[in-house]
Formats: sequence, structure tokens, C-alpha cells
Amino acid sequence: MSDTIEILQDNLGQALWDTFYMVGIATVVGVVLGTALALLLYLTQHRLFTPNRVVNEVIGFVVNAIRSMPFLILLVVLIPLIQLLIGDPYTPTGGAIALSIAAVPFFARIAESSFCEVDDGLLEAAISTGAPTRQIIFGAIFPQALPSFIRGIVLTIISLLGYSAMVGTIGAGGIGDLAIQYGYNRYETGVLVAIVLLLIVLVQLIQWIGDRIALKVTH
Amino acid sequence: MRTINLLERPTSGQVIVEGRDVTNLRGKELRELRKSIGFIFQGFNLIDNVTVGKNIEFALKAGNYPKNKWCARIEELLELVGLSEKIDSYPSSLSGGQKQRVSIARALANSPRILLCDEATSALDLETTEEILALLKRINSELGITIVFITHQFDVAKAIFDDVAVMEHGVIVEQGSTFDVFSAPQHPTTKALVERYLGIALPDQLVPRLPAGRLIELRYKDEGAFRPLISEVAQHHDVSINVLHGNVGYFGTQAIGTLIVLVSARQNGQVGAQTVQNAIDELGSHVYSWRELSSDLNDDLGHSVEAVFADDALAGTTGATGEAADGATEQGNTAKNNSVKHSGVKHDDEEVLA
Repeated sequence: MSDTIEILQDNLGQALWDTFYMVGIATVVGVVLGTALALLLYLTQHRLFTPNRVVNEVIGFVVNAIRSMPFLILLVVLIPLIQLLIGDPYTPTGGAIALSIAAVPFFARIAESSFCEVDDGLLEAAISTGAPTRQIIFGAIFPQALPSFIRGIVLTIISLLGYSAMVGTIGAGGIGDLAIQYGYNRYETGVLVAIVLLLIVLVQLIQWIGDRIALKVTH
Repeated sequence: MRTINLLERPTSGQVIVEGRDVTNLRGKELRELRKSIGFIFQGFNLIDNVTVGKNIEFALKAGNYPKNKWCARIEELLELVGLSEKIDSYPSSLSGGQKQRVSIARALANSPRILLCDEATSALDLETTEEILALLKRINSELGITIVFITHQFDVAKAIFDDVAVMEHGVIVEQGSTFDVFSAPQHPTTKALVERYLGIALPDQLVPRLPAGRLIELRYKDEGAFRPLISEVAQHHDVSINVLHGNVGYFGTQAIGTLIVLVSARQNGQVGAQTVQNAIDELGSHVYSWRELSSDLNDDLGHSVEAVFADDALAGTTGATGEAADGATEQGNTAKNNSVKHSGVKHDDEEVLA
């Protein structure tokens, strides 16, 4: 028991920070680039905007290709690339890159489906005012899709939190790493239990905050 | 309707608005056209997650309205539609009629010359429909905006249209002034529509039980209705005239009366038939129009008719002045030309101008 506490005292702070770092970067990159991809997918498939089958299918194919790989395999595949980029892939930054690459297509599909929920009638009304596409996107589609978009971000953060534990298995840090190194490899069940509990609380908290925000922007 | 501002492009033909062929407009030019045409929808189509004020602001921004005047313009528009106090409300807190008012305010934000109304009252109850129609009428006369209105609601057409075009399967089958079209419909579709609306069909089960005689439908217009025609003719020709059904419909200030009568002889045989014929001739000569109904008179009323009325020049005849009125009349004509020349765009939910 005292071992457990000692291990946690020594490592938990750093591990938590690493997790937040990785998940934070991946979320930001995923949301920004994913939204951009989602917009491309949406605008190229929607009859009221600029339908373009070729562009839509090419982007769709790439997105699906990345998404079709289980994260652990994607991670292994990405190791040489990350090595090329930053030298040592077994660091939180390496983990953040891998997570970001997984997050972009994941969030792209989520955001796309949020946009698709926006009623065509609303778009027609917006188009009828003579507004340019840019204004329709930021002034009509985004506000209308915002609650579902926020729920999508929450879903992404929680998924990334799970993925970040897998990043830990290759030694890139974070609380997943802690759980595996001590809890699994060194039979410190206490550490494992503590981290599982911590993850449960963390996920609940993220979901609760996300729901509150989503509710606040729903009218 | 949706081809007028090119929400949908026609599969063939041209769209002419205010004398200008707009069929192939794209990009900036198309956006400019849309700014001069307001559009309101059956489903209101407001942005739910922003306030009433912001919904209108969207249109002002689209119209490059000077930013420092947005507030004043939004207040002005909301006052016009009678919703000044709702500027910071969200659409979900409004009733259907209020939502439609906001969408009208939004459509008028950039002072369009034409307002397209796509079944704009079909989702509203009767009372609210009347409110919205009164508002549209006021907009038409005070702001001189041409209103093109598509509806399947006969009451709406009757109440506010100056001119009407009846459409079936994407083609205009009849058009003219509202009173003319509805008082003397020519096309079977229009006839069926008017008859169904005026409710002058005899119940099917009644027809076989009628006593012997000839069934005549008489149609009166205006002061024709004041003559004691039926009793005069009955006395004069020694026939009995049995009034089976009657109705008066008002179109603006004008009235159309309809009577279905059964004319039967008091004597038998050849003489009787002749007196009946004479009586019918005299009835016919004194009314606006008449026709003999056969025993299968309900046949042409039984099929379902999807028709659309378009008021294509409301402003043209309601005292709008100056430029707007010119534009309005022109649009009226072009809308007609437009729809007459081109047919064939089929929409999933209804037939509209094509």
C-alpha cells in the first residue's frame, strides 16, 4: 500500500500532465483540421453548395483509410514517420503526433454528421438572403450545429483519452504508461486500480462539463 | 417558385425576373439578385440557436448593410411585423405566427422588390393565417413589394391574390384575375377546385333518390343574386323548381352565388318536357352562367387535385407607387411568361413554377 502511494506520488503528476498534453494537442489539431476536412466533405456532397464527387470521394477515402486502422496499428505504422519528424517517437510529443493523426479523420466524420443535421430549409433561407458561402457556414451552419458539434468534441476527447493509454504501451508517457509499467509489468495492482478510478472520474467530469456547455448553446 | 431566385435551376427554359434573364447567373451576380428577392417558407427556417435580432442581422450582413445601422434597421423591421419586444428572444420561444413574422422581417431586411412566399401560411392555424395575410397585404400596399405566393389554401388565394395562376403537374393550366378565374373557371382542374371549395356538390347517395326532373346549376354574379328569379320562372312556366343546394362565395367585394335546382314538370309527357325546357332557358338567360348536371355529376369532383395559386402581381393593382410598382407589374408579367413557357421541373413535394 505504501508502495502504491509512493509510486503515485512520484509519477502521477508527470503522467497526468503528459496525458493532458497529448490529449490537448490532439484535440486541438483534430478539431481544427477535422472541421476543415468536414467542411470540405460537407460542401462537396451538398446539393445546395458545390457538389464535387471526385473531391468528396478522394477525401472520404483518405479519411476512411486512416479510420479503418485500429489505433495501436496506426501507432506502429506511424513510428518511422514520427522518428523522422522529431527524432524520438517514445515521448509525449511523439504520442501527441500519433494521436493527432488519428483525431483528425475521427473528428472530421463527427463534425460532418453535425453539419448534415442542419435542415436544408435553413440553408435555403440563408442562401436566399444572398449571403456568401462563408457567411452561411459561420453565421448559420455553425450556430445551428453547435450543440451537436460540442458533443462531438466531448466524444473525441474521451476517445483520445482512451487512445492515449495505448500510446503509453509504447512508452510515450501519460497515465496509461504509468498503469502499464507499474500496475501491469510490476504487479502493482494498487496503481492500476487508482488509475482506473481516476480515469472513470475524469471521463465523467469531461462528459458532464461537455453536456452543460452543449445545453447552454441549445435554444 | 424556387426557380425564381434559382434555389433550384430549371432543367429547361429561362427564368426572367423584371425583364432580365437570370437563368445563368452565378456567384456575385446571383447573390445580388437574391438580395432583391425576399423568400419566406412554410417551415419558417430560422436559425434556432441565435436570437431573433441575430437572425435578421444575418440578412443585413448578407446585404452589406452598413454595420452601424444594423440595430436601427432590426428595430424598424421588428416594429413593422409587430415583434419589437422579441428582439432578444430565441425562435423556440415564439409561436408559429411569430416565427413567420420574424422570417418576414428577415426577408424584408434588404428592401427586396419581390417577396416569394412558399406555402407561407400552410403550417399556421386559421387565425394566425389571417394575421400573416393582413401583414403581407400591408407590406404589399405600403412598401410596394410584389408578392408571389404559392398555396393550396383556397381561402388564402381568395383573400389576398389580385391575380392567380392555377398549376397542375408543374404547368399553369389557367390564369387571370382572381375573381375572373374563380367565378368562371375554364380548366377542369380549376372547376373542380372551385366547386369543391364552394361546396356545391350534391352528396352521392342523394342523387339516385331525387324525384324526376332536370338538375341545373345556376351561377349568379353580384346584383343578379337579388332577383326573385326562381319563383318568377316557376309561376311563369308552370313547373316546380326545387332548390337543392345553394352557396355564396365572396372574392374581395365581389360575390358569386351558386344554386343547384331540380326543375320538374307538373304535367306528363311531351308538354311537360317542353315546359321544363322553356323554364330552364329562361333561368339560363337571367343568370351569369348555368349548366345541366348529369346524374354522375360528382364524378369530376372525386379526383384529387393538387393546385397551386400564384399571385403574380399583387402590388400592381393595390396602389403601390413609383418604381416599386413598375417593378412589380413587370415581375408579374415575367412570372407568368416564365411559367407558361417552361414546364417540367419536378419537385419532390409539390408542383411549382418551372
